[in-house]
Amino acid sequence: MGGSIRFRALLFAALVVAAVVFVLPTFVNPVPSWWPWQQPVRLGLDLQGGTHLLYQVQIDAGIDNRTDQIGRDVESALRDAQVGAFTVERKGRTLEVRLATPDKRAEVKKVLQDRFTNLTLTESAGGEAADFTLTLNAREEQQLRDRFVDQALQILRNRIDQFGVSEPTILAQGTDEIVVQLPGIQDPQRAKDLIGRTALLEFKLVAEGPQAGTPQKPGPGMVVVPGRPGDRNQYVVEKRPIVTGDMLTDAQVLPGGVTEGYAVDFVFDARGAQLFGDATTHNVHRRLAIVLDGVVQSAPEIREPITGGRGQITGRFDFKEAQDLANVLRNGALPAPLKLLEERTVGPSLGRDSIRQGTISFAVGSALVVLFMMVYYRGGGVIADVALMINLLLILGAFAAFGFTLTLPGIAGIVLTVGMAVDANILILERMREELRSGKSVRAAIDAGYERAWNAIFDSNITTFLSGLILFQFGTGPVRGFAVTLCLGILTTMTTAVFLTRVVYDWLVVGRRMTTVSI
Amino acid sequence: MKQTSGTATKPAVGRKPQAPVAPPHFTELISPNPGINFLRWAPFAIGATWLFILAGLGSVWWHGGLNYGIDFAGGTLVQARFVEPTSIADVRSALSRPDLKEVLVQDVGGGGREFQIRVLGGSEETDMASADSVKTGLRERFGEGSYDVLRIERVGPRVGKDLWRQATLAVLVATLMMGAYIAFRFDLRFGVGAAVALIHDVLFTIAALSIAHMEFDLTTVAGLLTVVGFSVHDTVIISDRIRENLRKMRKESLADIINLSVNETLSRTIITNGTAITVTGALFLLGGNTIHSFAFTLLIGFIVGTYSSIYIASPVVLLMERRARGRA
Repeated sequence: MGGSIRFRALLFAALVVAAVVFVLPTFVNPVPSWWPWQQPVRLGLDLQGGTHLLYQVQIDAGIDNRTDQIGRDVESALRDAQVGAFTVERKGRTLEVRLATPDKRAEVKKVLQDRFTNLTLTESAGGEAADFTLTLNAREEQQLRDRFVDQALQILRNRIDQFGVSEPTILAQGTDEIVVQLPGIQDPQRAKDLIGRTALLEFKLVAEGPQAGTPQKPGPGMVVVPGRPGDRNQYVVEKRPIVTGDMLTDAQVLPGGVTEGYAVDFVFDARGAQLFGDATTHNVHRRLAIVLDGVVQSAPEIREPITGGRGQITGRFDFKEAQDLANVLRNGALPAPLKLLEERTVGPSLGRDSIRQGTISFAVGSALVVLFMMVYYRGGGVIADVALMINLLLILGAFAAFGFTLTLPGIAGIVLTVGMAVDANILILERMREELRSGKSVRAAIDAGYERAWNAIFDSNITTFLSGLILFQFGTGPVRGFAVTLCLGILTTMTTAVFLTRVVYDWLVVGRRMTTVSI
Repeated sequence: MKQTSGTATKPAVGRKPQAPVAPPHFTELISPNPGINFLRWAPFAIGATWLFILAGLGSVWWHGGLNYGIDFAGGTLVQARFVEPTSIADVRSALSRPDLKEVLVQDVGGGGREFQIRVLGGSEETDMASADSVKTGLRERFGEGSYDVLRIERVGPRVGKDLWRQATLAVLVATLMMGAYIAFRFDLRFGVGAAVALIHDVLFTIAALSIAHMEFDLTTVAGLLTVVGFSVHDTVIISDRIRENLRKMRKESLADIINLSVNETLSRTIITNGTAITVTGALFLLGGNTIHSFAFTLLIGFIVGTYSSIYIASPVVLLMERRARGRA
C-alpha cells in the first residue's frame, strides 16, 4: 500500500516539475537558453494592448461579382464563336443573353451548353423575354459560399504576414465572420485599409469616338469610373477589362521621381502577358485606365505595344501606400468584399493597469482565503492551501503548455478558481468533522470524508464545467479566456483538492501512523 | 480509493480507536446543527425576494431597458486618461461638435483623470467616423500629450442584435442543462427546484444590475452564466444531504428532513460560498473598472445563489411533494 502512495506522490511531483518548466519563462525573462521551454504565457489583447477587428465576408456581393465574371466569360466565348451581335446582362443571380438575329440560335445554345456546364440554361421563344438565361446551380453557389471565407482568410493571412505584425491571429468565426487580432497595433487605420481593400485590379480601355457617350449618359458597353480623390475626372471606360489582377504573378515598389512619387511595378503571367500584349498592340495611342476597386488610379496613353509582360502603376503614392498596394496586388483580390463589424483597440497603459489590478485582487483574494483555511481548519487547512498553490501552478503551466491566451477575465477566472477550489476541501473536511463527531476513528473519518463528499464535489464541479462550456461556445475574445480558465480550473481543482490532498492524508495515516488529525 | 483496504494489514492503526476519546473540538462559526426552522420563514423570504425582483424589473422598464454597454447597444466608446485632473464639463464641451450627436461622458475614477466617452450607435458609416471625431475634439481642446487614449471600441448595430439572441439562448440553455443534470442525478423534483432557483438568481442579479445602474455587457453575461454554474453548488450539497437523510429516516416528514438537511449543511454552505464571495469581493473592489460590472454580477449572484438554495430550491421540492400527495 505504501507503494501506491509513493506512486501517486511521484506522479504529482512529475506534474509539478512539468508545470514549473512551462511556467518559468513567464516570470523569468529571459530564461536561460538551456531551459527546455522558452515560450511565456500568451497575453490577450486586453492585457498587452493591440487591435481586435471583426469582419463579415459579404458573400452575396461576392456571388454577384462571380456572376459578373461568368457573364464576361460568356461574352468572350460567344464573340469567339462569331454568332453576330448579342448582349449579356446580369439580373440578380441570372445572366440574360439576347441575340440580335435568331439565325445563330442553335450555335449559341451549343456554345452555352458545352462551355458553361455549371450553369442551368433555359431557353425562351423570344419576344420581350431574353433568348437564353443562365443561372448558377444551387450546388455551385453553395460551393462558392464555402470557399469565399477560406479564400478571404488565406488572402488576409498573406497580406498581414507581409504587413509585419508579430503574432497576429486571423480566424474564421461562425458562418461568415473573420476575426483579426493584431497585438501591439495602436493605430489600426493602415491595417484596416490593408485588410478591407478588395484589391480588384482591372485594366480597361478609355472609351473614345461616338459610341463612348458622355459621363452622364455612357454609350452601350461603357461604364463611368471616378478618379482618385483629388482627380475630379469621370472616366468613361469599356465595361470589359482587357486584363485583371488575377493574372499578376508579382508586384514590387519602384522608387519614382520627386513629383510622381513611388510606383508599383508588376509582372503578368503568360496569359496576362499575351492579352495585355495583344490589347496594347491593337490600341496604340488610346488611353488605358488602371482601375483598382472601382477607382481609376491613372489613365496613361499607350505609346507602343507592351509585350514584355510587365507594367507599372503610378498615382503619386508615398512609400507606405506603394508598399501596401504592392502587397495586396501580390496576394490577390478578395473574392468578396469585407465589412467591418467591430473594432476594439486597447492601449498598452490600460493593459498594464489591468495586469496590475488583476494581480492585486488575486493576491488579496487568495491571501484571505488561505488565511481563513489555516485558521478555521488548522492542519487540514494547511494541506488544502498547499494543494491550492499547486493547483495555481498547474493552471499557469497548462496555459503556457497549451498556448491558451490569458485575458483580464481570465485572471478573474483564476481568482475565482481560488475561491471555488477550496470548496472541495471544505466539503471533505466538514464531512470528516461530522464523522469524527459521531466517534469514528481518524482513518475511518478520512475514508468516509472523501467517499461521502465525493458525490457532491463531482456534481457541483460538473455543473460549473458545463456552464463554462456554454460560455466558451457563446463568448469571444476575453470572455473565452474566462471560460477556458474556469474549465481548466475545475480540472486542476479535481486533481489537487481531491486526489493530491488524499495522498497527503494517506501518507500521514499509513506512512506516519498518525492517529489524531488536526482539522 | 484503493487505500481503504489497507486497514487490516496495518494493525498499528487498528489498535487505538477503541480507546475512549474525548469528543473532538473544532473551530466553528456555525454549530453542526443550529436547529433553525428555515421552512417556517420561507413564505416571507420568498415574498421579499420576488418583490425585489419585481422592483428591479420595474426599474428596467422605468429606465427603458438595461444600461447596455456598447457590446449590445452598438456605438463607439473611447476611454481616455488625462495627465492633470480635468473637469467633466471641460471634456463634454470639447466634444460638443457638430459631427458628434449623442455623447455620454462618464467619470470612471482615477481622481478625475479618467473618462469614458460613449457615442451612441447610429448607422454604420457615422459610427466609423465618431471615434476619430472624439480624438480630434480632445486634441483640439487639450492638446496632444495631455491625455492618453486607453482604449477605443466600436461595435456595429448588427453585432448587438446577434449578441442579445445568443446571450438569452446561452443563459436559458445553461439553466435547463443544470436542471436536467440535477434531475438526472437526483430526481425530477430536485431538478425543477434547482432550475427555479437558477431562474430566480438570474432575475435577481439582473434586477440588482438595473437598480445599481451597472453596465450590462458581454462580461456581464459571462458573469450570469458563471452564477448559473456556481449557484447549483449548494443546491447539490443540500439535495445530496436530503437524499441521504431520506434513506436514513423513513418516519419523518419531508419538511422535517429538508429542515434538518439545510441545518446540517449550513456551515459548509456558508463557508464554501463565503470563500467565493470573498474573492469576488476582492475583484469588485480592486479589479478595476473594466471588470467592474462583471465582478458585481458575480458578487450579487453568488450571494443570492446561497440564499436561493435554501429558500427557493428546497421549498419547491416540498411544494411538488405536497402536490403529488394531494393528487394521490
